[in-house]
Amino acid sequence: MTMHAVREFFGTFMLSELLKGMRLTGRHLFDAKYTLEYPEEKAPQSPRFRGLHALRRYPNGEERCIACKLCEAVCPALAITIESEQRDDGTRRTTRYDIDLFKCIYCGFCEESCPVDSIVETRIHEYHFERRGEQVIHKDELLAMGEKYEAQLAEDRAADAPYR
Amino acid sequence: MSAEVDTRNPETVTIEIDGQSIDAPKGAPIIAVADEHGIDIPRFCYHSKLSAPANCRMCLVDVEMNGRPAPKPLPACITTVADGMVVRTTSERALKAQRGVMEFLLINHPLDCPICDQGGECELQDLALGYGRSVSRFVERKRVVKDENLGPLIATEMTRCIHCTRCVRFLDEVAGTSELGAMFRGEHTEIGTLVGDSVHSELSGNIIDLCPVGALTSRPYRFTARAWEMLSHPGVAPHDCMGANIDLHQVRGTVKRVVPRDNEAVNECWISDRDRFSYEGVYSAERLLSPQIRQDGEWHSVDWQTAIEATANALRDLVDRHGGEALGGLVSPSATLEEMYLSARILRALGSDNIDTRLRRGDFRDGVARDGFPGLQTPIAELETLDAALIVGGYPRHEQPLINHRLRKAQRRGGQVMAINPRAFDWNLTLTPEHVVGAADMPRALALVLRAAAGVKGVDEPEGLDAWIGSTQPDAASQAMADALCGAGQGAVLLGGLADAHPAGAELRYLAGQLAALCGVTFNELTNGANTAGGWLAGALPGRRADGETTEGLTAAGMLEAPRRGYMLLGAEPEHDFHNGARVSKALAEAEQVIALAAYDSPALRAHADILLPIATLAETAGTFVNAEGRWQTFAGVGQPQGDARPAWRLLRVLANVLELEGFDYQAPDEIHAEVRAVAGEAGVATSAAVVGPLDGAAPDLLRVGYPAMFGVDPLSRHAASLQASEHADPARVALNPADAERLGVADGEAARVMQEGSEARLTVAVTDALPAGSVWIAAGVEGSAGLGALIGEVGIEPAGEHA
Repeated sequence: MTMHAVREFFGTFMLSELLKGMRLTGRHLFDAKYTLEYPEEKAPQSPRFRGLHALRRYPNGEERCIACKLCEAVCPALAITIESEQRDDGTRRTTRYDIDLFKCIYCGFCEESCPVDSIVETRIHEYHFERRGEQVIHKDELLAMGEKYEAQLAEDRAADAPYR
Repeated sequence: MSAEVDTRNPETVTIEIDGQSIDAPKGAPIIAVADEHGIDIPRFCYHSKLSAPANCRMCLVDVEMNGRPAPKPLPACITTVADGMVVRTTSERALKAQRGVMEFLLINHPLDCPICDQGGECELQDLALGYGRSVSRFVERKRVVKDENLGPLIATEMTRCIHCTRCVRFLDEVAGTSELGAMFRGEHTEIGTLVGDSVHSELSGNIIDLCPVGALTSRPYRFTARAWEMLSHPGVAPHDCMGANIDLHQVRGTVKRVVPRDNEAVNECWISDRDRFSYEGVYSAERLLSPQIRQDGEWHSVDWQTAIEATANALRDLVDRHGGEALGGLVSPSATLEEMYLSARILRALGSDNIDTRLRRGDFRDGVARDGFPGLQTPIAELETLDAALIVGGYPRHEQPLINHRLRKAQRRGGQVMAINPRAFDWNLTLTPEHVVGAADMPRALALVLRAAAGVKGVDEPEGLDAWIGSTQPDAASQAMADALCGAGQGAVLLGGLADAHPAGAELRYLAGQLAALCGVTFNELTNGANTAGGWLAGALPGRRADGETTEGLTAAGMLEAPRRGYMLLGAEPEHDFHNGARVSKALAEAEQVIALAAYDSPALRAHADILLPIATLAETAGTFVNAEGRWQTFAGVGQPQGDARPAWRLLRVLANVLELEGFDYQAPDEIHAEVRAVAGEAGVATSAAVVGPLDGAAPDLLRVGYPAMFGVDPLSRHAASLQASEHADPARVALNPADAERLGVADGEAARVMQEGSEARLTVAVTDALPAGSVWIAAGVEGSAGLGALIGEVGIEPAGEHA
């Protein structure tokens, strides 16, 4: 029995944890209230935020994805479906890149596994579907997302780079 | 030198590997012994079926003899075991050596595994995980090597090559073509074609499997799938009588590639290019996707219910009006056992005994043996230990590439391989002798060998030999062949496809049977298609049912000579898959009802058929092939058939139900399989026993000799895009001897008009010494020769006019 255990034993009988908790509750009870007026106001997001997916391109316009299928293999929810073939210029490219957003659990493994930073998750988390089947997003939609948000995506990757 | 462990070596030595005491055959390399006992030694260049050059140095291990360690680690692939040897594969010194080798190998190897087709199944990638450093110390520029063009089947990325030379050794030692070599030295080494040419071997695809890295990959498969996402299903190759064991690799029901499945008794670890790349035919745009019915000259796509009822009505109507014998069934020799059995039962139930699978046979005089089936009396695996083999009318190199490989092995072990053929072929083994005679003279040539053999054995020759050769005495070549066969410990006579298609084929079978019996060697037939043996066992033949009961009926040729009113075709294309395409077209055109069960649509079928029923092909159907040695090989379906196609056994079953025939309540193909097995019993390989005399009539002035090209043997291979892009499926040409060319007034490279039984074609002439005078070679199964007459038969050739 160490000293720490003895102190804890008596602390439990004196209800010290309860009092600690009540102190925090009491402090906030009399604080000024603040409400985030969502959706007009938004909470700050981390550059690592994992939202809707996008496929990126290189600055010269070439798609980054090389159809290595690592994201498809690593996806724990089996949300990604890829088909590939040799493009006319001899490179390995996808002919189909589908993500089922109902299956996706936004774990970010696809992004982690990508050797060319092609599949990424954007900061977008507000979206909806109106028709059955729309939840499966295709390669062209993903590339369009990538084009639209490239500035933010590049900035976020750069911000996170020192920690990788 | 072969690195295979000679397990027959009775002398054993005791060695210790990683503390484990092992009894090993003397002379075996350490790595082979370790493999047998599950001890893994890393390697790149070593392969159990190839010689060991020890050039990758990855298998360095620590060796100690009698307490004295070797001064340096030794390569396990060429260090042979000796008594008292102690081997350590994971000692610090061995590991250090292996890590060092790995670092050197990775110096010039690209590290872009994600775009490499070998990624995920790469030996270098796997071993780099265990022996490589996590960060490369090499920061200089890597070397780049220009790619080779190895044809439509093999893609190259030579920068990835690590110079293990497995491909070079395979083409030298197994394929026998020596088409690749290592050029330059040291860091500048490059693997390339020797004459700036391509790779033409019929076994070339195996270098894709052998390549430990992504330097040689499959071109049709390129970049379409990953090793880890494919599911593997065992299958059987449907192209030749050997039935190579294959694995079909599938993603979401689509076959992405075919690789060999090891079976030492059949295909070892190899498959031919035809077996490997024919899967592309499954996805051909020419697949028949829905049942078609012709009404008032117009084709209509219909549903299965309508199609089956129309088929049943057509059959009933025909039988009611003309009787059962007005119906003929022509079944592909590559159909499954189950399909053959059901077809035969349906036709017989309808009152017709006219059914045959011997579509390319030229001579039916010897009939059908009561039991057994044509095939190999020497099992495939034992072909490689033959002392003497006589091939009669065959080119196994293209017909059954891996049987040829076994014969080549026999020759490399000192056996003598001989051939009597109607033309010289491009062999990859040395024939001693290659006896080339005109096709019409083949029975006489064989009779001479038989007479010589009787002389060698000092026994009376079989009666009736005079009818062929009078009192002619055997020449030197015949004598040499007889000497070799009679003197062989293990010998074999092998009849090939040309003997089957020969208009005097029955004579060849009779004489070869007599020769085999006289010399005490085995009698073997290299049969047509994947399942000729199955056709005999299933009773899909006139004159025999599965249970052995005899019935009268017309043969494939008989059904065309005396045309039937209705035909049922199963898996055979009229213009390519028959002995006499012209005659088939004529008979089908005149028939009232032609029902074709076909995997592929074609203008020829549309022209002649009335009902087209789409059937499943490779990987889509379950079934059984019986190979030439009598091995029943069953396989399951892999994906859904394309379009509305259905497995033919299921379609035949439903057809029988609609026809209200009894005993067709099968739920699965294994029930049919079990039924055939029960009635056919344990039949073995039959020798042709029928006594046949020579044909009357003078030989024609000019004789066409032909057999399907390697990639033109069946509908599946004819629709496989990459195979068709290869030179083994080039359009047919008229090959003839220079004297004949001069006599006929045609010249090399010019066009000629070919006329055969009312059919005509315009083909390019190729003048060659390979053919004897009076013979013309026109390959079948390829563009240009479709619908021509008999494979071996009279032909007329004249120069094609300028404006023809």
